[in-house]
Amino acid sequence: MTLIEPALAERVLERALAHGGDLAELFCEERSGLALSIDESRIERPQQGRQRGAGVRVVSGETTYFAHTDGLAEPDLLAAADAASAALDAERAEPRALESERAPELQEIAQPPEEVEAERKAALLRALDERARGAGSEILQVQASYNEARRRVQVANSRGRHAADDRTRVRLGAQVVAKRGDTTETGFETLGGHRGFELVADDGEAIAEQAARKALTLLDADPAPAGAMPVVVGGGFGGVLFHEMTGHGLEADAVQKGASVYSGKLGVKVAEPIVTAYDDGRLPGEWGTDAIDDEGTPSQKTTVIEDGELTSYLYDLFRAGRDNVESTGNGRRESFRHLPIPRMTNTYIAPGDADPEAIISEVERGFYAASFAGGQVDPATGDFVFGVSEGYLIENGKVTKPCRGATLIGNCLEALARIDAVGSDFEMKTGFCGKDGQSVPVGTGQGHVRIRELTVGGTAVG
Amino acid sequence: MEAGATDDLQAIARRALDAALDAGAPEAEAYVQDSSGIEIRVYENEVESLTEGAERGAGVRAWIDGRVGYAYGTDLSDEGLRAIAAGAVETARLADPDEHAAPPGVEAQGGSGGAGQEADLTLPGLHDPSLAEWQTQRKVGLAQEIERAARAVDERITAIEQTVYADGEDRVAVASSAGLAGAYEATTCYAFLQALATDDGDRQTGLGFGVARAPGGLDAAAIGAEAGERAASLLGAEKPRSRTCPAVLDPTVAASFAGFIGGTLCADAVQRGRSPFAGRLGDEVASAALTLADDGLDPEGPNSAPFDAEGTPSERTPLIEGGELKTYLHDSYTARRAGERQRSTGNASRAGYRSPPSVSTSNLVIEPGERTLEELFADAADGVYVTDVAGLHSGVNPVTGQFSVGASGRLIKDGALADPVTEFTIASDLQSMLRAVQAAGRDPRWVPFGGSVKAVPLLIGEMAVGGS
Repeated sequence: MTLIEPALAERVLERALAHGGDLAELFCEERSGLALSIDESRIERPQQGRQRGAGVRVVSGETTYFAHTDGLAEPDLLAAADAASAALDAERAEPRALESERAPELQEIAQPPEEVEAERKAALLRALDERARGAGSEILQVQASYNEARRRVQVANSRGRHAADDRTRVRLGAQVVAKRGDTTETGFETLGGHRGFELVADDGEAIAEQAARKALTLLDADPAPAGAMPVVVGGGFGGVLFHEMTGHGLEADAVQKGASVYSGKLGVKVAEPIVTAYDDGRLPGEWGTDAIDDEGTPSQKTTVIEDGELTSYLYDLFRAGRDNVESTGNGRRESFRHLPIPRMTNTYIAPGDADPEAIISEVERGFYAASFAGGQVDPATGDFVFGVSEGYLIENGKVTKPCRGATLIGNCLEALARIDAVGSDFEMKTGFCGKDGQSVPVGTGQGHVRIRELTVGGTAVG
Repeated sequence: MEAGATDDLQAIARRALDAALDAGAPEAEAYVQDSSGIEIRVYENEVESLTEGAERGAGVRAWIDGRVGYAYGTDLSDEGLRAIAAGAVETARLADPDEHAAPPGVEAQGGSGGAGQEADLTLPGLHDPSLAEWQTQRKVGLAQEIERAARAVDERITAIEQTVYADGEDRVAVASSAGLAGAYEATTCYAFLQALATDDGDRQTGLGFGVARAPGGLDAAAIGAEAGERAASLLGAEKPRSRTCPAVLDPTVAASFAGFIGGTLCADAVQRGRSPFAGRLGDEVASAALTLADDGLDPEGPNSAPFDAEGTPSERTPLIEGGELKTYLHDSYTARRAGERQRSTGNASRAGYRSPPSVSTSNLVIEPGERTLEELFADAADGVYVTDVAGLHSGVNPVTGQFSVGASGRLIKDGALADPVTEFTIASDLQSMLRAVQAAGRDPRWVPFGGSVKAVPLLIGEMAVGGS
């Protein structure tokens, strides 16, 4: 399954070290994909594409030199090696012969999407459109997309590492607009995985009803409250909370620069003992799963918080070398045109033992954030914001009125320390995570989680 | 443009177009892009990473009986182009027919007539040859100078997370079976950094940035100082109390909101019932203090080009004037769909050859007003000065216009700046915010947020602040 011969990879690595360097690496990739949308009940914007290219990296001391090229022919690769090493003048580490390539532990792809007739994908979107419109007469617009992508990657470096992966991902997304009088609301739902077409073949269109239900529910919504109160975060995409408020701060690049509030906190109690959390790039079929990371390190399950204590940061090769530890398999990149940096894979709070219903019924007055539209954090200060896509008031222990326009805002360390209940339920969701201009697929997950106090930013002031 | 600088790309575009016609598409369009650039990241005066990249690719759109397909690839050999063309034809068969789908033709270009389109679509000032004179080491020096300038602001600036300098040279060619053909080249460069200020356990960050056509246009001292000053000025910030009050948005924040408003005025969103401003053409949608335009022709605008992503000449389009909604932004498809009297405003856009065109803003311009920043504070009397917003992509709903986003800045007390505030939200909806604009500031700057916006500070009369 290799994209290029090992002997060629060795020649490129040799060339990349021509002006010195501690480590040279060649990342080759072939990616292809198909996307389709439905809008106004019409299949549109079908598109397909194919790219082949490589990135060559040379690390010398604290500096990384990188060049990328389109094409995988020898002249392309050697030109990239020359471009990467042009500015270098340093001691040279002798390259080691490449190991024989390890067979990657591939995900099971029952129905490779490229072998499924394109018309079936269009039919799926038509079914989805119909299901959403069938959810109620107030459904005004349905927009949905189907995406499939296959990435074949091969990594070789001058320490002898040689690994490959073959990644197939399928994702379905639906956005529904509902309207009643002058009130317009939207609902969004996705289904995705490191899987084949089988993921969506059997009732993938059900996400249409979930998206429609969210939009319809919000038609009855009041403006969200503003102020500090207990907040219950829903399962699944609620995990974006942990992704933002803790995950990013554990990525070793930010940690090593002191640009994370989690710097120097290893072994420190950062949460109640009920909180245990993982980054797991091996979860079968999940959106953030791969056999290896983009530096050829096998994916692994890393315990980042154990019983409330911070246990590990997330490392790529370069940052691991600095801390004298092994890479945790988190060196990821958007494509051959990007440098690998520490990134999350599937990050989640492990299920606890609280009954999800009791988590809500114990709250006298608070806010229930059932689902998020996304979030953002500044790891250096720990300040975060989440946009709530589906939220409700909690009054006297009961979920009551839906609320529109809510945002949760707070500080990571404070909010993490205030988690006072973790539900026994559990769900994973898909997302795209952006950092340094690179977008990678990540999984987020958790069950219901309660934060004792958090600021809700809505329009209903007072 | 130097004569012949894009001949090679135009030839590839024609070959790709011919390949699509040969593959069975009655109508087709080819877009070819060739980009190269460098990115330098500096940390503690050392080069952390140096990236050199080149990228070339082509995208082909095919129209078959009202069905539109798209394919792209990086292999620009004859065989590669044939494969891309075949892909476009193959995907077109998947689409449902749409009566308005057709390549942008010369007939849609305001009747200026026939073959004139092919002759001379140029826009001087996009390509700065001085970029080529800058050696890598000099660019590294510029990034180092930016970092030093940030540290020099205040002794409480304890770290500069990273300082990034990047530039690029893009060459683009378009050819379509309707007779449109053109090419241009442009240079861009930018720099940004994030400074961290620390004092007594409190940590605050601040962003500084600059955009230009060549590094000579970047003011290293000003970019660095901005980051340092933004971070240091927030030290000691507390959560403000929840209330409804006036808000002054600094140009970066005003730009972010303008970007969302521009998106809601794109005809695609309007026609598909996904814009809060649908059906509002000619209405008073804003206070008279706000004038907003889209300008694809200002050579200083990073997104300016002689023609848009499907070859239609770029324009300056007034969007909101004296509070009145004047027009929506169109590409050839939405213009055709809107009816006979509408023509494309030259707002087809694409994120490179890997994406088919869709309607988008080019550069937005918020018309400057008369007021200095201090006068805006005086007008506000008691409120907040918002210097940064976070969580925009999840906090603004472009379909309904509702927003609630994280913010930081300073309190305004008795008409002047007071204590720093952070960790609060500002919430409203875009429609109410437009009506609540009381005044525009007078000093514009180019901001690369919200797409690309030439922005001034704005005084909003009423905003919900969510804090303690």
